[in-house]
Amino acid sequence: MNIHEYQAKKILAQYGVPVPKGGVAHSATEAIYQANELGGDKWIVKAQLHSGARGKAGGVKLCTSHQEIADLCDKLLGNNLVTHQTGPEGKMVSSMYVEEASDIARELYFSIVLDRATQRVTLIASTEGGMDIEAVAEETPEKISTITIDPAVGMQQFQARQLAFSLKIPKEALGAATKAVMACYRCLRDTDANQLEINPLILTADNKILALDAKMGFDENALYRQPAVAECRDKTQEDPREANAAEHDLSYIGLDGNIGCMINGAGLAMATMDMIQHAGGEPANFLDIGGGASPERVATAIELVLSDASVEALLVNIFAGINRCDWVAQGIVDLLNKRDIDVPFVVRLSGTNVEEGQRILKESGKKVITADTLADAATKVVDAWKEATGK
Amino acid sequence: MSIFINEKTPVIVQGITGRIGSFHAQEMIEYGTNVVGGVTPGKGGTTHLGVPVFNTVKEAVAATGAEASITFVPPAYAADGIMEAAEAGIKFCVNITDGIPTQDMIRVKRYINSAKPADRMVLTGPNCAGTISPGKAMLGIMPGHIYMKGNVGLIGRSGTLGYEAASQMKELGIGISTSVGIGGDPINGSSFTEILKHFEQDDETDAVMIIGEIGGPQEAEAAEYFKNHMTKPVAAYIAGLTAPPGRRMGHAGAIVNSSGESAAEKVVILEEAGIMVVPTPSEMGTTMQALLKQAT
Repeated sequence: MNIHEYQAKKILAQYGVPVPKGGVAHSATEAIYQANELGGDKWIVKAQLHSGARGKAGGVKLCTSHQEIADLCDKLLGNNLVTHQTGPEGKMVSSMYVEEASDIARELYFSIVLDRATQRVTLIASTEGGMDIEAVAEETPEKISTITIDPAVGMQQFQARQLAFSLKIPKEALGAATKAVMACYRCLRDTDANQLEINPLILTADNKILALDAKMGFDENALYRQPAVAECRDKTQEDPREANAAEHDLSYIGLDGNIGCMINGAGLAMATMDMIQHAGGEPANFLDIGGGASPERVATAIELVLSDASVEALLVNIFAGINRCDWVAQGIVDLLNKRDIDVPFVVRLSGTNVEEGQRILKESGKKVITADTLADAATKVVDAWKEATGK
Repeated sequence: MSIFINEKTPVIVQGITGRIGSFHAQEMIEYGTNVVGGVTPGKGGTTHLGVPVFNTVKEAVAATGAEASITFVPPAYAADGIMEAAEAGIKFCVNITDGIPTQDMIRVKRYINSAKPADRMVLTGPNCAGTISPGKAMLGIMPGHIYMKGNVGLIGRSGTLGYEAASQMKELGIGISTSVGIGGDPINGSSFTEILKHFEQDDETDAVMIIGEIGGPQEAEAAEYFKNHMTKPVAAYIAGLTAPPGRRMGHAGAIVNSSGESAAEKVVILEEAGIMVVPTPSEMGTTMQALLKQAT
């Protein structure tokens, strides 16, 4: 789960990471109030949406008057901002963050990730702040230093010092930099974050360390023990289809095509997507019903898939282990007794209680195209979609 | 020999009295698995499904000589259950739980790896369907009947896609020596490479199929291991060729974050190492058939 910059900065500040003073605003009036509270005559005003690269998209501006702040807020608030990370629709600017302007001497890069290769927490730092770290890694890998943390003892002071020296921090700021790095690590560890990126981390003209931007992502599996983090969820930043499915405790991935898919298991879902594309179609979504799905759950899941307006054909692909094909079939029949499905509907059942499932479908007399194998299912749904839509 | 489990392996079920643990323990017993006991804290001294229940894994191991365990423990307590198994001297542990916090798994790995290699517990999962040596023993939640006994080792990150592979092979008369689910989480108890090492040593396994997906470095590591250390042929399917980058595709670990993690890149890496790549997921069986033919 991702959170906004202002939320990340608030959490980081609680752990002792120095951040610029600032306040969040949901209207132009509120933004001017926040600017007055901060004082001074120039402010950085930043659109809050779950995306990087906001500056290049016009979402971040140095303002020198209240009018400028108001104009920017009126232009951005409640509208979608398109950055090169959001996709063509962009994401809604749900609030603005008004910050005191900082006097930047040097821009640095700092992040912490859970590294899958070492299976440990890894700190990454570079002297090239403000730049895309992947590009730095590609072109000048010697400018990046990494430190891996032993989970048995946690991060040690010497590791923070190593990192600070690798960033060529002047000795006046070494203590502050070491403290800030340690605080970031503690923050990540204690909040179950799985990603923390500060780009840039700056050194000011008077040798202060400040987190000028902050991006944090959290482990969904740990939200049950992080209630304060869970409260930061902003549903306006999520695909409404995915948020809706999550409320039913179903996993849903929205995609760009026209074939709706209900599947059990993420791996089989990805394989089915691959198979649909191989057959000449494009999936609109996939919904994973997980294990042990009751007929009611199956019916709810299919309704969710169909609620996506782009769905022009429907595929159910189930390889039942702890699921039961008879329950899946019953859910399909129950739904068809309740409502019509006016798009081509292909069902492939395999595994536990498959004969019973096939019998239920057949005896219902409902208009369902059945398929025996994965390839058969993909071909049939793509063919039926082409026939129905003329595409 | 199969790997990790056979008909004799004494097995305990952690969480045996829970609804899910109980259901699957029954299935495993019916399959022929040598289930010798269960563990549920507070229910020690009782009997469930005809086997004794213990308060701790340590007591269960002392009383039954259990060597393997399967844990049906909710996410918040799963890491604790795995470490308890490791401490008690369990050699092979399957964890089914979906939803364990990643930082818990980091600590679990550190704990398991602090044991000497010879004493180290092999953990598979979390978030997997389990391990089965067809005709011998099943430690998992899979439908046992779709697996035929044979000479192909199967390793997969996905449960249901593993079923798909096993049934495609069965259709062609190809059986499985052992099928190992390593799970869909970002941090696995065992990697493809660690399981490949066991199959390479197993005299009942003649070829291996690995079923990978987008995200993480594991398939590339397996390719490297195959190239340098393996004599047996390997085929691989990678799910998610059409998955958009940066999106989490259902599994917590199925996300392309950096270079080398997309399905297309993994396919290239595997092919360059000499692994036969399955072109589409409906050809897992036929690809294995071709690989076995080529090998003889």
